[in-house]
This record gives sequence, structure tokens and C-alpha cells, in this order.
Amino acid sequence: MRILLLAFLAMWVLGLSPPPARAAGQAAGIDLPAALAQLPGADFDQKADLIGRLAAAHPPGSRALLAALLDERVVVRDSDKKVFIVNEDPAGYALIDPLTGRPAGTASTDDVDQVTINNHLRTVLRTVLAQLDLDSGDPAARLAAVQQLLHSIDEQTARLLRQRLAVEHDAAVKRLIREGLAMADLDDSVPAARRLAAIRELSGSLNPDVYNRLAALADPTADTDAGVRRAAAAAVRRIDSWKRFYGGVETLFFGLSLGSVLVLCAIGLAITFGVMGVINMAHGELMMLGAYTAYVMQQLLPGRPGLSIVLALPAAFLVAGGAGILIERGIVRFLYGRPLETLLATFGVSLILQQAARDVFTANNVPVDSPTWMSGLWQINGALAITWNRVVIVIFTLAVFLALQLVLKRTRLGLEVRAVAQNRAMARALGVRGEWVDALTFGLGSGIAGLAGVALSQLTNVGPNLGQSYIVDSFMVVVFGGVGNLWGTLIGGMTLGILNKILEPYAGAVLGKILVLVAVILFIQRRPRGLFPQKGRAAEA
Amino acid sequence: MKFDIRIALGRALPAAATLVLAVAATAASAADTIKIGVLHSLSGTMAISESTLKDTVLMLIDQQNRKGGVLGKKLVPVVVDPASNWPLFAEKAAELLEKDKVSVVFGCWTSVSRKSVLPVFEKDKGLLFYPVQYEGEESSRDVIYTGAAPNQQAIPAVDYLMNEVGVKRWVLEGTDYVYPRTTNKILEAYLKLKGVAPADIIVNYTPFGFSDWASEVSRIKAFGSAGKKTAVVSTINGDANVPFYKELGNQKISAEDIPVVAFSVGEQELSGLDARPLVGHLAAWNYFESIDTPANKAWIRRWHAYIKDPKRTFNDPMEATVIGFSLWVKAVEKAGTADPQTVIDTLPGLSVPNLTGGTATVLPNHHITKPVYIGEVRADGQFDVVWHTKSEVPGEAWSRYLPSDKGVVADWVKLKCGNYNTITKVCSGQNYK
Repeated sequence: MRILLLAFLAMWVLGLSPPPARAAGQAAGIDLPAALAQLPGADFDQKADLIGRLAAAHPPGSRALLAALLDERVVVRDSDKKVFIVNEDPAGYALIDPLTGRPAGTASTDDVDQVTINNHLRTVLRTVLAQLDLDSGDPAARLAAVQQLLHSIDEQTARLLRQRLAVEHDAAVKRLIREGLAMADLDDSVPAARRLAAIRELSGSLNPDVYNRLAALADPTADTDAGVRRAAAAAVRRIDSWKRFYGGVETLFFGLSLGSVLVLCAIGLAITFGVMGVINMAHGELMMLGAYTAYVMQQLLPGRPGLSIVLALPAAFLVAGGAGILIERGIVRFLYGRPLETLLATFGVSLILQQAARDVFTANNVPVDSPTWMSGLWQINGALAITWNRVVIVIFTLAVFLALQLVLKRTRLGLEVRAVAQNRAMARALGVRGEWVDALTFGLGSGIAGLAGVALSQLTNVGPNLGQSYIVDSFMVVVFGGVGNLWGTLIGGMTLGILNKILEPYAGAVLGKILVLVAVILFIQRRPRGLFPQKGRAAEA
Repeated sequence: MKFDIRIALGRALPAAATLVLAVAATAASAADTIKIGVLHSLSGTMAISESTLKDTVLMLIDQQNRKGGVLGKKLVPVVVDPASNWPLFAEKAAELLEKDKVSVVFGCWTSVSRKSVLPVFEKDKGLLFYPVQYEGEESSRDVIYTGAAPNQQAIPAVDYLMNEVGVKRWVLEGTDYVYPRTTNKILEAYLKLKGVAPADIIVNYTPFGFSDWASEVSRIKAFGSAGKKTAVVSTINGDANVPFYKELGNQKISAEDIPVVAFSVGEQELSGLDARPLVGHLAAWNYFESIDTPANKAWIRRWHAYIKDPKRTFNDPMEATVIGFSLWVKAVEKAGTADPQTVIDTLPGLSVPNLTGGTATVLPNHHITKPVYIGEVRADGQFDVVWHTKSEVPGEAWSRYLPSDKGVVADWVKLKCGNYNTITKVCSGQNYK
């Protein structure tokens, strides 16, 4: 009985004329073999018609066919014009007979033509599948179905939802159905009292569809009851203030995520520049090495992007750290106390590393995939959504910062690094092997640059020019935060990131960046040593 | 030993003869070849788009040489790498024209690179075939524009979105340089002419290589949730497209919610991406690799055989390069010489077949006729054509929607001017700021 009602309502929703009274399952829909015969030659409009009639009749196998059509997995075989659902296969395609659902052999991609759809058909298919999915056994599928139907609530969809509400036992689905029904109750044909009740229920909702409906009601030129209009306007104002609040939270989060990228890039530099006084222009290229390590690791472990990223972290640390130690032992060691020469020499190293990347890999960018736990969105509520990759990177940055503080404060190496930084001669007199400590410090800073490179590979293009895009930002953060102070780098980086993101909607990306740079320059005029300068006599040296 | 003239001559003569022969041979072999310059970025932010154009020219030269070259002479490619560095484009163009003395150059992608080399080509009287869609507002005597002018790409795309998709709100998203800025100027004028309110249009620019798209995409999402159908018209160029589309996928903006139509994203740019989250997003071009004509299928087979990679994509600027090369060969054979200025005078009026079953004719304004296709992204990185013009559209150098272009035409055949104002009857020469 419900099937007939569903078919009846589905056909109304799709704008087709209702069938004359007939036995169940034999509406002016179409059976599957007839639909499959007409599909190969149909244009987009005819396909929309076929989809509607298939959904109306809802014969067995039609849902699978409609889902495959949405997924672009339906093909027509050239030789006999038969329609198949396909899955990927080493030989090309594994064919499935849509009438029986059973395998029907394989075909190469040349022997079949895909059945194409356009954006309009995708919307039609999603709505039809949502209606069929309302009765699914999986609550997540039902939730997605209701969400899809909420985009276009009308009387018929409302009736479907009311029916479902009566038998629904999942709390999340019930809440969403109630919201959808309240939206339907905003309609002009509903009595005012019920509309006011619906507005009250919806005034806390952050769903954009709800907001648009209420805004349309509150419009002074609309022909609605004055009381309803006032209530709608009040609800809109309330939702607006919440949206502003969440908008601020979102900007803060974007600022933190940009800031965390800046901090990751700068923290290695803070050690080499801050602790050792070495201006390392090859720092960006050490990040590039880390990013390429992530790429190579993905090539070695194809199909496992999550595992390869996790393994790439220690690998990148070792690769970039090793390169750093080589640079220190080979070049920088001879140039201590001569900052201009170090700058030139490390600039030359950066050019060598860039060209090496172009020679070993190509001059083009290389693709690095994101693992599934870093893709997608965390929809906190209707007004606030955060992408997972940035959440992971913020957490990663804090973890790296913490680890670095532990190394510097709790390990022997850290103690020696701080001693050498404060007073090299005294440290050597106390038995600290200064040269070895220098090399390891440089290696530590470079290793962290490698870790930053792995993080960057998830956010931006990996190519030989990766380092050039971030070197200036890294120096800016270190100078702003205070040379030699890790906390300064952290606070400075986060501040600059948040400032950039606050300015961006008003000034645009380019001008926003310029304004931040100007702000840093003005700040340095007042406090030349940055936010958290090093204290003590040794720092004057 | 006394100086004996006979012994001295006996030693000097063979050496001199060898020298004379060598010089003659070099001169003769130089006279037997025609040099063709390739000026495309092989590294840097534009390498993702441009490096495949170099391979196309090399294939065309190889193919033509197998047919005996042009005018009986072998074609020799001279490839340089301007590395996405705009001033370096001008230096390399000068090197090609003055040092290597090439007869023709196939090059450039971004409008800023083309604007950089224009003074060089005009001073050295060279010939450039420019294969990429661009913003118009230019017609140089020394350039043949085989890519789309705005009336062959941008305007039909906006018409499709307005009429077929019912878009009411517009986001114009571009990279910060001359092509997106001028194209958006034209599009804003066009949209306002069609009655779109200024509150329903937002315009935003980002630098080359921009990758921090989260806040901008979030802004697009918010702008598109106001209940009116919203679309993004993207003039983003180069590898900034990759993180842009990744962010669209991450923030779950599907093409059915907010379609993005791109003018600078084709099969080549998608080949490095997972195209599944992008299914349904659009591109407007004059050619797609998936177009089913015998000429196209045959060409793709030959391309895959030459490049030895059955997965290498072929796209619109590559087809434009093919058209440009065919036009050049035809003009040289008709003129009987490869001298650039003679070839330029021979080109207007010549036609060659394109790969989609039509013809490309060179117009007096140095543009060509091209059909327009709108395609939706497929999961495998190819495009499904959802709309196309029935016949070729002639390219217009000066936009009919900008008040500053009123009455301006380009005609290098009768008027011999690229910027002729028919109202004031003044020729303003080249305005390439």
C-alpha cells in the first residue's frame, strides 16, 4: 500500500500527471526492460522522463540502476545496444545485468559507450533516490535522504515525511524531519497560529534553507500576515547574530590554521637563525625536500595514502635533517660570524637544490594524495564547518612545538644547544663539543623544516618552487616573534595568520598580505627585537 | 729552409678549400632549414599548462618533416624555457628572433607573457601564433590569435549559465593579472546589461600559485546559500587551480549546488587531480578531447603514438596550436617564402580544417573562427559536451560590451590598423599597457 502511495506522490513531485486508478505497481510508470530499451537513444530530457517513470513504478532493480546512473557507471554495449551496470576491472569493465543483478562478463572500454548525465539529471536522480531511501534500513542513509529532501520542501514531500516520522525511531532523523515539517508549515496556505509555532521552533536553526525561507517571510514587500512577518524578522535577526558569532569563530579557525602553517615553516628557522645566528636561505628548499619525501613515500606505498603520510614524517625528518647537517658541515661551518657570506652561500645551495628537484623529478608539480581521515568536512552546525586537513595540521603543529620544547628543555642535546647559544666559549670550557652541537642543531632545525614540508604537501602544490613561496613568510615570523625564542615564533605566527585572515575578506588576498607586511615593519620600528626578545648579556653578541 | 711558394701553396690550398667547403656547407644547410621557435614555460607555476604545448609543436614539426618539410626545407625547432617569468619571456623572444633568427614562434599562455613579448615582436618584425583563450582588447599585426576571444568563450559560457541553468548570482573568481581583470570587466558590463543587480555579483582576485583557499571558498559557499542559484566564473590560472578544486571538494560544494565554469582548466590541468569530487563542474572551450569526430579520433591516435603514452591528454590550446601550425604551413606554401611579414600578409582569408569537423578561417583582425563547446567534468578527467554552437563564431578583438570600445575595429587587410575608431576615424596603433 505504501509503495503505491510513494509512487503516486513521487510522480506528483516530479510534475507528471497522476495515473488513473489502477492495480498496485502498474502506474503509468515503466518496467525495467522497457526503460533499458529506450535508454541508449534518449537525450537529456527523455532521460529525465525515463527516470521519473522508473521511480514511479519502482520495479525491482530500478534503485540499483538509478544509483549507478548517478555514479556514471551505466554503459551501452556497442554491438547489441544492451545496457549494463559496470564496475572497474583489470580488463576494462566488469558488466552486471541490471535485470538480474548478476555478472554478465567483461568488456573493454572501447566496446562500450557511457550513458551521460548532466547537472539537472543529477539533481533529479538525487531527489528520486532520497525518496526511495526514506525507507532504508540504515539510519545514516535515511538522514542523508531527509537532508536532500529538505532542499525543496513542498506539500507532497511533507506528507512523505509525516508518514516517516510516525515510524521513525532514530533521534537525529526525527529531529531533522521535524525541522523539515516546520519548514513546510511556513507556507502561505497554513493558518497563522501554526506558522507562528513553526517560526518559534525554527528560530534556533542554523540551516541555510530555513534561513532563506524565514528571510523571504520577513520581506516587507511580501504579502503575509503582519504578526507572522514580525515573528519571522525577529527570528532572522536572532539567527543573524548567531551566524556572525560563528563567522567569527570560522575566521579565527582559518587564521589559526594559516598561522600553524607559518609556525611550522618558521620554527626550524627560529632554531638555526635564533640559536646559531645563521641566515639559512635554503630553509624553503629543506621544506621542499620534506614534501618530495612524502611524494616518494606515496609512490613506494601505492593505495595507502594514510600510512605513507605517517611514515613520511620520520623519513622527511631524517632526509631534511641529513641535508641540513651536510650543509652545516660543508659550508656554514666555515662562515660563522659572517652573516652576509652565509646568506649568499645558502642562497646558492637553495638554487642547487631547486635544480636538483627539477632534474630528479620533473619540473612540473607532483601529485600528493590526502588520506581519507584528512579529507572532507566536519559540519559542526549549519553555520560552522571546518575541513579536517586543517584541524590535523593545527594539532600537528602544536605537537611538533611541544616535542621541540621537550627536546630543548629535557634532553642533554637541548641543554648543550642552549649553553652554546648563550655563551659558546664558556660552554666549550665546560666540555661541550661545540662543533658537534652546531651540526646537530642545524640538523634539528632542518629536520623540522622537513616535517613542515610533509604538512605543506597536503595543503599546496608540491613542486621545485615550493620553498620560494614560504621562505619570506618564515623569516617574517621569526623576526616578528623574536629571534631565538620558540614561544615568540608560536605566538607571532598565529597572530600574523589571524591578522591575515581578518583582513582578507575586506582587502582581498593580495592587499591583505601587503598590509600584514606593513604592520610587521611598523612593529619592528618600535620593538626591533620582536615580540619576545632574548634577554641577558649573551644575547647582545 | 727557404720559403718556397709552391710548398706553401701546396699546404695552404687544401686547408683553404676545406674551409671554403665547410662555410658553403653550413650556409647551404642553413638555407635548407626553416627554424621554428617554441616559447612556452617548461618550469614554474604555468608549467602545468604550457609544457604540453611544446610537445605538440615538436610533434607537428616531426610530422611535417616526414612529409618533406615546407618548400622542400626541413623544419628545425628551437625550444627555450621562459620559466613562468614574464620579463624572461621578452628576453627569450628577443633571443629567438635576433640570435636564432626563427621564421615563426609558437608561444605564450598568460596574457602578461604575451604583453611582455609584444614590443619585441613588433620591433623585430617577427610572427607569433598565440594559441590560448584571452581577454581581447588587442590586435597586433605580428600576432595571429588562434585562441578564443571573450565572445568565443566567456560570453557564451555566461549565456549558458543564465539561460540553461538559471543562474542569478555570480562569483567572478580570478588570478590577479590582466586577463582575469579585463575579462571580468567585460563580464560585469555584460551581466549588468542583462539586468543582474550589483549586489548579486562579487569579484575576487588571488595571486599566482595561491593555495590558502579555505576562507574564500567558505565565502563563496555563504554567498551561494541565499536561495538564488549561484555560479562561479573562474579565470584562475596555473597550479592555483589544484588546491582550489581540492578545497571545493573538501567543503563538499558539488556542481549541482554551485557550479564552477572555468576558462583556463582543461584536460591537462585535470590530469593531475582526482576528478571525482569535481564531476559536473564546467569548462568552456572550443575543443574537447572527448568530441567524437573521425578527424579528432585519428589525431588522438597519432598523438598517443608519438608521445608513447596512451594516457596523455589533448586539449583546446593544443588544438589551437595544430590549427596555427597548419595555417602557417599553408601560408608559407602559398607565399613561397617563410619571411614573417610576407606570411602575415598571406594569412587572412586562409582556411584549414579543425579537429571537430569544421573549419578555422583567419579573419582580417588576425583572429580565427571557432565553435564554442560547454562541457561538464567526468570522473575520469574528460569532459561531456552539454551545449555547443551549431557553427563557428568569428573572433572579435574589441568587446561590444565595453563603452571604451564603441566603434573600434581591427582590420589588417583594408585598414592596416589594429585599433581603428570608426567614429573618430583615427588609428590608435597598438595599446599594449
